[in-house]
Amino acid sequence: MKEVVIKTDKLTKRFGDFIAANEISFEVYAGEIFGFLGANGAGKTTAMKMLCGLSAPSSGAATIAGFDIYKQTEQIKKRIGYMSQKFSLYEDLTVLENINFFGGIYGLSNRQLRLKREELIETLGMQQEAKQLVGSLPLGWKQKLAFSVAVVHEPKIVFLDEPTGGVDPVTRRQFWDLIYDTSDKGITIFVTTHYMDEAEYCNRISMMVDGVIKALDTPARLKEQFSAASMDEVFFELARGAKRKAD
Amino acid sequence: MKQFLAFVRKEFYHVFRDKKTLLLLFGLPVAQIVLFGFALTNEIKNSEIVVCDYANDVASHRITDQIEASGNFSIHKCLMSHRDIEAAFKAGNTKLAVIFPLNFNHDLLHLNKAQVQIIADASDPNTATTLTTFATSIIMDYQNELLQGHSLPFRIHTDLRMIYNPSLKGATNFVPGVIALVLLLVCVLMTSVSIVREKELGTMEILLVSPFSPILVVFAKAIPYFFLSLLNLTVILILSVTLLDLPIHGNILLLYAVSALFILTALSLGLLISNSTDSQQSAMLISLMGMLLPTLMFSGFMFPIENMPLPLRIISNIVPSKYYYTIVKSIMIKGLGFSAIWKETLVLAGMTAALLTISIKKFKIRLA
Repeated sequence: MKEVVIKTDKLTKRFGDFIAANEISFEVYAGEIFGFLGANGAGKTTAMKMLCGLSAPSSGAATIAGFDIYKQTEQIKKRIGYMSQKFSLYEDLTVLENINFFGGIYGLSNRQLRLKREELIETLGMQQEAKQLVGSLPLGWKQKLAFSVAVVHEPKIVFLDEPTGGVDPVTRRQFWDLIYDTSDKGITIFVTTHYMDEAEYCNRISMMVDGVIKALDTPARLKEQFSAASMDEVFFELARGAKRKAD
Repeated sequence: MKQFLAFVRKEFYHVFRDKKTLLLLFGLPVAQIVLFGFALTNEIKNSEIVVCDYANDVASHRITDQIEASGNFSIHKCLMSHRDIEAAFKAGNTKLAVIFPLNFNHDLLHLNKAQVQIIADASDPNTATTLTTFATSIIMDYQNELLQGHSLPFRIHTDLRMIYNPSLKGATNFVPGVIALVLLLVCVLMTSVSIVREKELGTMEILLVSPFSPILVVFAKAIPYFFLSLLNLTVILILSVTLLDLPIHGNILLLYAVSALFILTALSLGLLISNSTDSQQSAMLISLMGMLLPTLMFSGFMFPIENMPLPLRIISNIVPSKYYYTIVKSIMIKGLGFSAIWKETLVLAGMTAALLTISIKKFKIRLA
């Protein structure tokens, strides 16, 4: 039996009459790379924000790392990392200062922080740029740095909200190498994307259409189920019936 | 605690890397005070004094000569009616009129008491005060001179009239006004903008996902501005003492303590503004329209509140800077102690408590 790290039960978010996420239920297992797919406006980000504690669910239940998302937010916060759609490091701080700051607010000790700093700079190959302002780095580097900073406190789960938006294919490939390395350390990855080639990199994926999860399985079995040659086709098959306009 | 320090350090980086804003924050008060200081000295040197000598005797000549002897003014001797004097004031350069009545010397020697009238154009109160003090002291000198050879006291009674601005509001008011303005600018504007910037950049999400307490985010942001404001206050005080010769008569510790309270009031206001808006621009607009304008208008620093219509006088009571301004004036210029300002201090403390409570309650821990 695999260890369940995220479990949702009919999790729903309403904004007035609009139901952004409608009774979504799924489980994510420890150590896997879980892809959360859907068109723009399908409700991916809303669902992710509820799991991260940024948005209060309207109804339904969920646990993260065994803790209740309504009552045990403090325990959850210590065990998750988050990388938002917007680039979210401080551009007027240097690479090292950003690492120090985020390590600092997660309560890393000076020793841990020093080790992390060295390890991170080494992995990213940023020895030259360590003392540069983050604002002066190219976007691809920023994204990789943002990801590394999101896992600087070694969380149990890391949530990535469209982490590769706007970067070139080569950098995207490098980014996924970074995700695999992190996954190898036992950190569960929960990633939203609308690049279908990235879907193939995930262990399991869910497809969200109009606030509802329409399909959930491994990429191989989904292709089999929809007798499609690629994830693109699976996506078209599922999204064709969508009523919501993309925003 | 360690987390908190990491956050405060980050905030200091933000402040010190934004060179333009920093320059503005320290340049503005310095520029205002320097400009004011120089404008002030120039005006006194060029002003003209009208002497209306109806007496035309030994005593009046002697006093006029002494005024002239100082060399700073041009003396215009003529006989004018009060209406002509007023016209001279309105025409421009005349700042002071000295009027000796008929029989000045005679009254002085025989009745031991005589009158001189001094009329000053107090539309520029600083010049008016300086000039009247100057004229009065010359008259007093003459009186002492006469006293030396006689056993009976002579008394020259100077009749002072400040026209246009009888209460002399405005001049010494400038420094307390600048202090209130600058503290507001730094605290309200900078705090609200810096919190809203985190929302705009998306870093607020990251902070809210982290175990760092959202309320502490706000306090950590307030700390650099708290210190900056105290530093700014010190700069203004040093400049006003050295450049404007405006000494601090009261207890300087008390002044700092009350200023710290006012800074807290301003910080909680900034916090409230940042809670109710999502863009830096609107935060800036609300701060400027909502804080700086009322401070200029309702603190009594530019326009005397007593002369306002009742509705405006009522509105002025909700402007925190009005109380702070009164406090600074009382301590700095009048040299009063806490017993004279406890009411205003209490009002400020009450406002701070109320504002802080509202803004902490309104602070969104979740974004939606």
